[in-house]
Amino acid sequence: MNRLEESLGELRGMEELAAQDSPVHRLHPGVKLILAVACILTVISFSKYQLSAMVPMALPVILAYQIAGIRPSLCFYRLRFVLPLVCFVGLFNPFFDRTPVLTIGAVTVTGGVISMLTLLLKGVLTLMTAFLLVATTRFDRICAALRRAHFPALLVNLLLLTYRYASVLMEEAASMTTAYHLRAPGQKGIHVSAWGSFLGQLLLRSFDRAERLHKSMLLRGYHGHFHYVDASPVTTKDVTVCVCGLALFAFLRFVDITRLLGGLFVR
Amino acid sequence: MHMADALLAPAVAGAMYVCSAGAAGVSVRGLKDEETTEKLPMMAVGAALVFAGQMINYTIPGTGSSGHLCGGMMLSALLGPKAGFLSMIVVLAIQCLFFADGGLLALGANIWNMAFYGCFVGYYLIWRPIMRSRLFSGMGEKAAVRARIVLASILGCVISLQLGAFSVVLETQLSGITELPFGAFTALMLPIHLAIGLVEGLITSAVLLFVYEARPQLLMDVSPAKDGSGRFSLGVTVAILAVITALVGGGLSLLASSHPDGLEWALFGNADAGYAENMALDEEDYGVVSPAAEAAASVQEKTAFLPDYAFADSDSPAGTTVAGLVGSLIVAAFAGLICAAGALVRRRRKAHA
Repeated sequence: MNRLEESLGELRGMEELAAQDSPVHRLHPGVKLILAVACILTVISFSKYQLSAMVPMALPVILAYQIAGIRPSLCFYRLRFVLPLVCFVGLFNPFFDRTPVLTIGAVTVTGGVISMLTLLLKGVLTLMTAFLLVATTRFDRICAALRRAHFPALLVNLLLLTYRYASVLMEEAASMTTAYHLRAPGQKGIHVSAWGSFLGQLLLRSFDRAERLHKSMLLRGYHGHFHYVDASPVTTKDVTVCVCGLALFAFLRFVDITRLLGGLFVR
Repeated sequence: MHMADALLAPAVAGAMYVCSAGAAGVSVRGLKDEETTEKLPMMAVGAALVFAGQMINYTIPGTGSSGHLCGGMMLSALLGPKAGFLSMIVVLAIQCLFFADGGLLALGANIWNMAFYGCFVGYYLIWRPIMRSRLFSGMGEKAAVRARIVLASILGCVISLQLGAFSVVLETQLSGITELPFGAFTALMLPIHLAIGLVEGLITSAVLLFVYEARPQLLMDVSPAKDGSGRFSLGVTVAILAVITALVGGGLSLLASSHPDGLEWALFGNADAGYAENMALDEEDYGVVSPAAEAAASVQEKTAFLPDYAFADSDSPAGTTVAGLVGSLIVAAFAGLICAAGALVRRRRKAHA
């Protein structure tokens, strides 16, 4: 299976997740967007040594996953894109920052280790949050929420159309790569002699497709605007969840629960 | 080069969002209404194409590795810088949302690092000047255009990738995330991206050459019919140059400063207390000055099963203490409990269904 087919499968998987039903799915997309951004902001606002204070931020995220009925492990596969750069940046911290912070028996934990772990945890938590947003909200509803927040119509329309055509073109490119590899067995990628023509062919065909698409859009009465079916008004419940969520994030940001909890047992 | 949220401080992420939103605003307004209606499907299909095209592996001759397509340069050569920039925004947004390639809050920075340089710098400062120049004109008309396409694609990809990689370094340093010295980080990032840019440039030029052979009218600034005749030449070029100068200048001054932390400190406008908090100096009594904390303290008297257990350096400035460690373990256990409960409910529901 090539990378295109794999990505297509992931895209479909996300759509299936978003089509499920749960209290989190039913929440207004705008509220979810606000809460997700607030959660990520809270997580990244912790300083590089505040590892223990940040740990409780995992609780609301994991709770939301459970309420939504989505296994948290589903999103870990996606860490493969983000984690390399985070690791690259974080792995040097233990070598440069050697201030001892904590000694347990013979093991000394340095500031660099703490800041590296903080960075990794931040990476995982922010990814989990963003994943949950998309896994519980249909893309057209996110776009409708963006449009309501007065995002430029051009950009939102472009998002919707691109999302629609991404899977079409990925499918086409996937069958092209399969065909190519069947004719060039034992070859890893596209040979240099076909660098231009491979994607070029697809490009020309796609632009023709865009022209046909435009004509058919005009025939169906398109005049530069899409109409969004936004049947979900913001309810009192949505507002309550939003306010409670924001309050919770603020509480976790300013009160170090971990310390208080730990303080119950250790002095 | 996609950055994760974890690599950015909120202030830096916000600032990059403002920069990218500004460029997007200019692009949206710069495209006229009738033009957008007509161009919208083109832009959408172009973005989808880059999206799919970036997943195709191209074998680099003589090596075992493979390269990928450079989207920004290709889209701006096909659609123009503004439409290309908007398409790249959409590509990055979908990559971020559906494939977790780059973070939600880091999207502003990613748009700047990967779309802005490729589209605006790549087009206005490299593609258009080279395509309109008389370079290689001794080679005959067609060969000259071909040579110009190759030169512009390679230069454009290399330069925009270098600028992007440098921005990644700058943004990470300003966020105070890494202990890696600025110079060492730059020395690590730039050479890697020089090689990547070269390969991406070659692949992009191969695709654009194919388009030129098949349908030259699709490319910007190649056939006179598609000439936009310098509507925004000087002003925009000067503005872009000013932004680059500011960015590079800022970076150099950071390099020159012997206390990079001082810049970070100044940037976030932290007073002494804020600085101490940033450096986690006062975490010792952080959040423990409340009635709840006092109550907790009195409970603690009775519950602490490790009283007066001495740990070396447990009151060091970095301030993560044993209490933090134990508390983290409790929180982790709690998270595990939530997961187990959720799994139980899911299994029961499945059994019902």
